[in-house]
Amino acid sequence: MPAPAVRVRDLVVRYGSRSAVAGLTFEAQAGEVTALVGPNGAGKTSTVETCVGLRSAASGSVEILGIRQPAEGGVAGALRSNVGVMLQDGGLYPTARPLELARHIASLYADPDDPERLLAALGVDPGTRTTIRRLSGGEQQRVKCALALVGRPRLVFLDEPTAGLDTSGRRAVHDLIAGLRAGGTSVVLTTHLMDDVERLADHVVVISRGRDVSRGSVADLVGDDDTIAFSGPVNADLRDLVAVLPDGCRIEEDRPGRYRVSAAADPMILSAIAAWCAQHGVRTSGLTVGRRSLEDVVLELTEGQE
Amino acid sequence: MSGVSAGSRVASQARWEARLLLRNGEQLLLTFLIPVGLLLGLSLTSLMSDAYGDDRTPQALATVLTVSVISAAFTSLAIATGFERRSGALRFLGTTPLSRAELLGGKALATLGVTVLSSAAVLLTAVALGWRPTPAATWIAPLLLLGTAAFAAWGLALAGALRAEAVLAVANGLFLVLILFGGVIVPAASLPGPLASLAPWLPSGALAEALTAAVVDGAAPPATAIAVLGAWLAVGAAVSARTFRWS
Repeated sequence: MPAPAVRVRDLVVRYGSRSAVAGLTFEAQAGEVTALVGPNGAGKTSTVETCVGLRSAASGSVEILGIRQPAEGGVAGALRSNVGVMLQDGGLYPTARPLELARHIASLYADPDDPERLLAALGVDPGTRTTIRRLSGGEQQRVKCALALVGRPRLVFLDEPTAGLDTSGRRAVHDLIAGLRAGGTSVVLTTHLMDDVERLADHVVVISRGRDVSRGSVADLVGDDDTIAFSGPVNADLRDLVAVLPDGCRIEEDRPGRYRVSAAADPMILSAIAAWCAQHGVRTSGLTVGRRSLEDVVLELTEGQE
Repeated sequence: MSGVSAGSRVASQARWEARLLLRNGEQLLLTFLIPVGLLLGLSLTSLMSDAYGDDRTPQALATVLTVSVISAAFTSLAIATGFERRSGALRFLGTTPLSRAELLGGKALATLGVTVLSSAAVLLTAVALGWRPTPAATWIAPLLLLGTAAFAAWGLALAGALRAEAVLAVANGLFLVLILFGGVIVPAASLPGPLASLAPWLPSGALAEALTAAVVDGAAPPATAIAVLGAWLAVGAAVSARTFRWS
């Protein structure tokens, strides 16, 4: 098995006395798409910035493509031509035009991609005379994505590549990432959109308060079991219902008025729930059967964080 | 394994910097119109006739060359770099194969290119005003090179150390201090006592003194002035290499 593209061990990143990353451990395998997910402030951006040498680690270690990052920040020279980065904050020259900037960045690499093709693939008109400052947020986002990829990196970090993008923009980014993966490029991305994760990620790392709280494939995280959920009055008295369900079967109120039954989607259980609803005058319109959504799982794993 | 040499990355960055500089309207004003206008003003009006003597053009030329080097290599470079840091453009560059030294080298080279263009405009204007170079005028190019390098080093040191807004304020403030206390416009001899003795030690004073020797007196510049400029360059380069940050 080849060395992981990224290996982060017990990483701690501090801003003054506050720890943005507080003992994070994860690996991103070569050739795979790894998604870092978690609420705002979980430490995703600080982790990415430390991996690419823009921030120094207070403790722990970061290995990129088998090379240990210097503790004081900065990137080993050999890595710079092999690692592409799309930062969340800034990164563009406001007075430049997209194509000239992409061409300049391409000129710094030995074997760059065609800047024109890349911009077009991301839906940016390569011939535009508009300066970057006058582009919309979503268009700037696409330009940043192109700059991260123009050097044909072996490993690319994309910090919220789809933030602020419309449907076609997200689709373009998805296609591009799928293409990178097919070409053997390792991708580490952060996102708040579970659609991105479900479509793209081979491996998901759930981060909360600067720590990894869970990891695995989307299927691992969501689980195989079907579940039943229904809507009802807040704080409903469910004793009648629990009494007719098989032993050990519990009902939890996931959020006010939303109940989840810890049982497989058995028709007998469904009919018991339907009967209870009929007796208590509860409409069954919110009744769902199926897997839990990734969003629910991540929300539950990261619950309690501000 | 990398097919792009450090030299070609520096050259590429220098072309990029020059391209952005020369596109900026304010920058063109500072680089060409103000120096040429200043030369015309100082030379054609009797504003400075007491200090500059009967033939005002040579002294005006030495003054304007000094001012335009300081303005391009120190003030403009510091401010532009400060704002690039704020926009995050430099943070991103920090993740590409371009190293910090290569970025600083590219910026210094681009500034030198702009100084060459602006000095050429000023020199041609001086010739049009009747100035005729003497053999000592061959000192002008090396002096401009040394002055540009020294001021660029300090401009980058400033941009690397402070926030963009602070860079804007400090760079403009220091520009005035350097011009006034360096005896650039008003000759050092006419400054009040202690200031007059300070002037030759400032980089602006040393550059003005050296250019005045070459342009006005038709003589080789004093070795002390060159040594002072060299010392400012060495210290400035060391400071900027230490303080310059990508973000």
